[in-house]
Parts: sequence; C-alpha cells; structure tokens
Amino acid sequence: MAHDSLYASPQRRPGAGRGRRRTAWVPRRWDAALVSALLLVVLGSALLVDGFATGRNAQFLLLDAVAIGLVALPMTLVVITGEIDLSVASTLGLCSAVMGQLWLSGWPLELVVVAAVALGAVLGAVNGVFVTAFGLPSLAVTIGTLAAYRGLAFVVLGDQAVADFPGDWTSAAVETAPGGALPWAMVGTALLAVAFGVVLHATPFGRELYAIGSNAEAARFSGIPVARRKFWLFVVCGAVSGLAGVYWTLRYASARADNGEGLELAVVAAVLLGGVSIFGGRGTLAGVCAGVLLLGVLRNALQLADVAADTLDIVTGSLLIVSVVVPNAVAMARARLARKDRHEGTHERKFG
Amino acid sequence: MLRSDRRGRRRGGASRVGVAAVAWTALLATAACGGTTRDENAEPEDRGGPTGEADPDAPLRDDLVVAFLPKQVNNPYFTVADGGGETAVGEFGGEYKESGPTEASASSQVSHVNTLSQQGTDVIALAANDPNAVCGALDSARDAGARVVTFDSDTNPGCRDLFVNQATAEDIARTQVELIAEQIGGEGEVAILSATPNATNQNAWIALMEEELAAPEYADIELVTVAYGNDEDEKSFQETQGLLRSYPDLAGIISPTTVGLAAAARYLSGSEFQGEVALTGLGTPNQMREYVHDGTVESFALWDPAELGYLAAYAGAALASGQITGAEGETFTAGELGDYTIGADGVVVLGPPTVFEEGNVDDYDF
Repeated sequence: MAHDSLYASPQRRPGAGRGRRRTAWVPRRWDAALVSALLLVVLGSALLVDGFATGRNAQFLLLDAVAIGLVALPMTLVVITGEIDLSVASTLGLCSAVMGQLWLSGWPLELVVVAAVALGAVLGAVNGVFVTAFGLPSLAVTIGTLAAYRGLAFVVLGDQAVADFPGDWTSAAVETAPGGALPWAMVGTALLAVAFGVVLHATPFGRELYAIGSNAEAARFSGIPVARRKFWLFVVCGAVSGLAGVYWTLRYASARADNGEGLELAVVAAVLLGGVSIFGGRGTLAGVCAGVLLLGVLRNALQLADVAADTLDIVTGSLLIVSVVVPNAVAMARARLARKDRHEGTHERKFG
Repeated sequence: MLRSDRRGRRRGGASRVGVAAVAWTALLATAACGGTTRDENAEPEDRGGPTGEADPDAPLRDDLVVAFLPKQVNNPYFTVADGGGETAVGEFGGEYKESGPTEASASSQVSHVNTLSQQGTDVIALAANDPNAVCGALDSARDAGARVVTFDSDTNPGCRDLFVNQATAEDIARTQVELIAEQIGGEGEVAILSATPNATNQNAWIALMEEELAAPEYADIELVTVAYGNDEDEKSFQETQGLLRSYPDLAGIISPTTVGLAAAARYLSGSEFQGEVALTGLGTPNQMREYVHDGTVESFALWDPAELGYLAAYAGAALASGQITGAEGETFTAGELGDYTIGADGVVVLGPPTVFEEGNVDDYDF
C-alpha cells in the first residue's frame, strides 16, 4: 500500500481483482450515459435555441472544440496511468510564441510547424524526466512547468503578437469539408482520436496503461516498464500540445505568449467529465470525446440563449463535480453492497 | 536514466509511441513542400474600403439589435462604457445586449463574435483584446450582415467598419503636458512614471510628450527621467519613492497609466512631498477621488468611457441605418454629443480627454 497514495482510490486495493470486474461496468455505463446526454443536449438545443441547428453554428462549435479535443487525447492516457499534465496550455503558449518568433526570423512555415511540434515533445520530455527519473509527483512537476513554460513564452515573444501568417494557412485552419459544417481541423482531430482509441483499447500497450493506473507497483512486478511508459506519454502529451499550439496560432492568426491560457482546466474538465478516474486505471476515450463535445455544445447553446459568461462557468463547474461524484458514489455503494453480501455469508467482523 | 525499467521484452510498445510521434511530425513536414517564408508573403489581404452609397438623411432605425462585446465582462471600465452604449440604444430605440468573456485573452472573444453573428445582431460594438485574433470571426459576421464598430481598442482596420478612438495620442500627450505645466508654474524638473518599458501605448505617448515639451513655451521644463512601475502597484509605489530621492528638485510627475498614477498618489499623500511635488496623468475618478480631495493631486485626465460607449452605439446605428458607410469625410449625429466626422482609416475620435478636478471628480463613477 505504499505506492502512489495520492492517487490510490479507496476501492482499488491489492487483490481486488474480483472487485475490478464488479465495477467494470461503471466506465462503460458512464460513457454510454454521456453519449446519450450529448445527443439529448444537441436535440434539445436544436429545438429550443434559435440559430443552433445550422451548419455555420456547427462549424463555430466544432472549431472551438478542436484545441481542447486534441490535448484531451494524450491527457486521457496520462490520467489513466494515474498521472496528470497541467502544463499543456503553457506548452501550447510557448510553442505558439516560438512559432511566431521563428516566423519573424524568416524560417519557412513548414519548418516552423515541425519545430513547434518538436519543441512540444521536448517540453513534454522535461516533465517526463522529472516524473519518472526523479520520481516526483506529476501534479507538482507540471504545476511548476505550467508557470515556467508560460514565463518562457513571454521571454520569447514579450507582449507582442505575430500576425502576418499567410492567409491560405490561416483560412485552412477554419475551412470546412463540403457542406460547410465540419471543419477539416475537426476531421483531423477525429482521426487522431481514432488512433488514440485503438492504441488505448486494442493494444497490449493500452492495457498496460490501465494496469499502471490501477496499481503501479503490481504493474512493475509483472514486467511493465512503468517509468518508460509514463515518460513517453508525457512526450506525446507535449507534442500534441505543440500541435494544438500550431492550430491555435493559425486559427486565431496570432502567435502570442498568452495563447491558450487556462486551457489546461478545460481539458482536464473534459477528461474527467468523460469518465476517466483522476486516480487512474479507469476511463474510455469515447467517453472523453463525448465529454469534449458535451462541454462544447453546452457552452455554445447557452451562449446563443444569452446566458451570461459567469453563469456558464458555474454550469460547467457543476457538471464537472457531478461527473466526479456520481461514478464514485455508485462504485462505493456497489462495493459496500458486495462486501455486505460476502460478510453476511462468512460471519466476518463487520465494520460500521 | 529511467528508473526501474526492464528494457527488452516490452520495448516495442514504448518505441511505437515514439515512432508515432516522429511519423506525425514527418507527416506535417512533408504535407506541404515548397517552403512558405515570411518574405514571399508580403501583404495581408485587405477587404477593401467601404462600399455602397451613404444616405445622410436616412432616419436611424429603431429596430436594431446592438451588442456590446467588452474585453472582459465585470470590468468596471467596460461596465461604464457599455452602460453608455445602453443609454444610446435606449434613445434611438433598439435592443441592447452585452456579451463577453470572463477573461481578457486574445482568442476568448471569438466565440462571442460567432454567437452574436449567429443571432443576427445588427451592430457589434467591440473592444478587441487582440487586433488579429477576432478578424476571421468579424469577417464572417460582416458577411452575415452585421456592422462592426470597435471602441477603446481597435482591430486591423480591414476587419471593422469604424473605430471609435477615445482620444488621439497627440491629445493625450498634450493634455498631460498642459496639466503638469500649469501645476508647476511652467518651470522645473519633471519625471514620467510609465508602465512597462515595452508598452506600445505608453511609449507612443512618452515620445509625443517629449516632442510637446520641446516647444518654446515649455523651455523651462526639463524631463529628467522615465521610470517604469510595470503597472504593478507596489513597484510603481517604490519607483515614485526612488524618483523623489534621486531628484531632490523634482517639481512634478506625470504618470500616463492608471496603476502608476494611483500608486504615486498614495506615496505622495503619505509623504512630506504632498502638495509640494505636482502629480498628474491618466487615472480613473474612483481611484483618484481621495487624493484630489486631500490635495495631493490637483487634476488628472482620462476620457469618459460612458461617452465612448455612447458614441460607439450611435456610430453603429448610423452604419446600420445607411446614414454612413464608414468612408472618410462622412458625418453623423451622436445624440447629445453632437456631430462627428469620420477621419482617415474609418476612425472617429471622441475628443480631447476629460480633465477631472476637485469640482467634477465626484460626478463620475468608474
């Protein structure tokens, strides 16, 4: 029990193999519930909110969801292993600032894009080294790099904005597939989501991540290179954040040091709402995708219905709390019920 | 390096992630060959100037939906500015609404512009957090029929119909020099307490103030230094203290930033220099009221944000009613503020800054 007590969840103890199977329905049910909720909200908004059910609005809504959706993919994997990366938005900002600075100094944009993504990977690797090689908690490490990377971004670009990116690149960032509703950027994000989904749910690598998140100690003893897996996840998380930085810069046609400020919270919110346990070991990528879209649709529909921005934040926050409380409450209730059954059968000493 | 790893058997999985990352990067690299550099990509495209015919006699429509999109909601300055807009909309009889982000970041206004455009808003009055980030959204809103007026902070001129400027940089610089000259009796050493060394606005004003001070009537006034308080209260406070220590003969301080002015006033009011060393600059009545009443500050300047919002609403209504198209030289009437003429680049200037002093500082609340 000495392992990772910060992230250990109460119902996941060594030898709880049967317990895991018993509660395994929770994430499945949660992501299914979330998809239904998403469909309901979309349907309700289409009926009740003026201007919601148009191709143009779908384009706006999906464009707003791209950056959060992109970063949420690797974040899901990181959180499933019981770690977290709060530096993603600052990585995005630093990559955006560097992108602006390189563009200013005359680099070709293709190379600038590659450099930004590579820089993201390096920044992620720094997180990974601190977490795996020095064994520090990722929460602390990435809060540190959250501040440090953002600070560096201001060192690189100051408070200026670089905005003279070529028009065909910036319009490509918002361009839609024929039909006018589905931005190409979202198509790309969806393809990447499928790739992450396959890796997570259909490969031994993905299963190892769940094992690590459930019990890192046990995973290590069963031969999974825990530190290496985590290290590479941080690298991927950084690289995708860099990619999101490229997208952000082109979409808003503006490389700035403060780009994406606060985005990490939106990403973590979407991941948790998507049913990924903050303690690791549980969650599906489909749930996270539904979470990203649900938050995006709610925000868009409420804004169209003239709900004030502060109220909107309250709604999002409450939804997040519900998403954390409900599955945990259900799991705990289940566990207690099951224990009671067992105890009644064997006359063991009862607690409480 | 990586602790407790068993390299070997499981290695395939880990390097697959690495390979995927590299492949993804390589994909991007090869996606567009050719090398687009900054030099070949010279001019940003311009949507062209105003089009269509203006009808100066067209009545103001009374069915307009006018939306104010501040840099940030719940910011007192913009609450007052938007309130001015609401007053104007009430006068010409349209529907007023305010919509904006809770944090003043470059991109946060985009979804609000999109929403307003989707709602069929006639006039969007916007204080832009970034000159470029909102441009795409504004273009699309204008294509959908909205007229866009920026106020307080402009976007690129190509992305809006009009910019309502609070005051020209020349007016701002001149007013502050006039105020300090008056307060120190036309002679002595003055210093400037600015925000950050790279703040664009500040530096433009400082350069113009230096120009202004070079005029013969200010020959006896010497600008000794520019200090930077970084728009932080404590730093500005300490810098003021430093100025007075380094320049014992200092007659006056100009602080063209609200944070700096309030901090300098707080320092002066508690020091032996109160009433001895003159202080003026740009400040808000709410921050400066007590220092005007206790004699630390004789007068300071700022535009009235309520008038700014009021003018922006009328300008938007005039556009949407067809009175003006946004071309240079056109005129329109902004309620009780009177007539305005559109200047070059579609800019309308509110007028010289308002000077606040003992007599009028209590009439304002922002």
